[in-house]
Amino acid sequence: MKKTILSFLFVALAATGAEAQKYMTRTAKVHFDATTSHSPEKIEGVNNEVGNILDAKTGDLVFQVLIKSFKFEKQLMEEHFHENYMESDKYPKADFKGVISNLSEVNFSKDGTYNVTVTGMLTIHGVANKVSVPGTITVKGNTLVAKAKFNVVLKEYKIDVPSLVADKLAKTAIVTLESNLVQK
Amino acid sequence: MRNALIVLLFLLPASLISYAQADKLLDELSADMPKAGGAVSATFKATRIIDGCSVENLGEGVLDFRISHRFGQVNQGYQNFYGLDNATTRIGLDYGIKPWLMVGIGHSAYNKDVDGSLKIKLLRQKLNGMPITLSYATSMNIETQQAPTLPAGDTWVFPNRLSYTHQLLIGRKFNESLSLQLTPTIVHYNIVDSSKFNNNTLALGIGGRIKLTKRMAITGEYYYRLTNTDLLFQGNPTFNSFSLGIDIETGGHVFQLMVTNSQGLTDRTFIGQTTDSWSKGALHIGFNVSRVFTVVKPKGFREGAASW
Repeated sequence: MKKTILSFLFVALAATGAEAQKYMTRTAKVHFDATTSHSPEKIEGVNNEVGNILDAKTGDLVFQVLIKSFKFEKQLMEEHFHENYMESDKYPKADFKGVISNLSEVNFSKDGTYNVTVTGMLTIHGVANKVSVPGTITVKGNTLVAKAKFNVVLKEYKIDVPSLVADKLAKTAIVTLESNLVQK
Repeated sequence: MRNALIVLLFLLPASLISYAQADKLLDELSADMPKAGGAVSATFKATRIIDGCSVENLGEGVLDFRISHRFGQVNQGYQNFYGLDNATTRIGLDYGIKPWLMVGIGHSAYNKDVDGSLKIKLLRQKLNGMPITLSYATSMNIETQQAPTLPAGDTWVFPNRLSYTHQLLIGRKFNESLSLQLTPTIVHYNIVDSSKFNNNTLALGIGGRIKLTKRMAITGEYYYRLTNTDLLFQGNPTFNSFSLGIDIETGGHVFQLMVTNSQGLTDRTFIGQTTDSWSKGALHIGFNVSRVFTVVKPKGFREGAASW
């Protein structure tokens, strides 16, 4: 019994401790490029309204992306992106929840750039896949800059590409991410 | 072995716990995330359902080049190759000045009509909220063919060539596949065939589309005239316009194929001056091709992408 109480206390303490260790932003940037050599134009979109929280104590890392916030240069491309590929009305959000696997290598109280590997579940178009992504975290005072670049294989997320445009649209989108987090 | 087991035992709940916590963080993010109740998009594929305006506007800085083509009556027989020998064409340019405002000009071979148009989006359907999209569309036609021969002393004045159309477009996307639109319309003709006809034709348009696949939809459009149903046009009786079509979308193009009893391509001609009827099989096969160009790139896109 005593032990349980103790552990409860620990959890409570840990929770309050974690509160101070949280970094957050709502304006992280996600960019994707799905251009191929046969594409008639650059196929890219950018979203500057991505939500991101990093818990420095536990290494937990989450991202949340409103698909409708992706911006395109061409209105028609934007419409096709939502209507034909992402089905944004049906699947309005994409998210990632995971952990920094090598948390011990990051010193959040010392300025510098650290290489990290993040592992977790990436959900796009209603399909969740386990991913492991390398990235960097740059600590500067009480702010962090998290950067990553990774590939998203459209098929793995059940994003259909009709044969008609198969060679004009990359099967793998290159996703770049930049997040400027501020300690809460 | 035992060590490995212990490690596993530790890892298992550890991973569970961390994901549960990630969930909590995600909830935290969701809590004050902008609601996903944004505006409904793509009620129709193009700015026209078939002949008539749809609630769709062009985006800001987008230019739409439209070629519309209607062949002759299919019941003309082999002599006119089932109508394919006699085609009429409208070439049009539309431009989105603001996301809610578009303007257009066009020229039709049929009656040598020159038209100018304006479409204003007043209300936008929202996922949670506003149930309809409401727009106002208006167009003016100038018929530019040669003046008819008149008795000596009479002159054919310029205003005789003008007509005006005003429409309210009330559209709703019911779900992914079904969109419907009601279109109360008034067309004013500065001149009609006889003084016994009213210069105004009131009509109610109903149009819709059913999406079959992500890139193909069937469309239909009917303009029911409430007044002036006995209007003669160039001496011929007129009928309500009814069209059935297919929208096919490929990359930057939208193809619209249709069968219709209206050969005219401007608002004033197809709504009030359709001289062919379905019951006589005097139908026209036709197509619209739309190609959009982004003339002014949206602001904010490049700045956002600049850091990459």
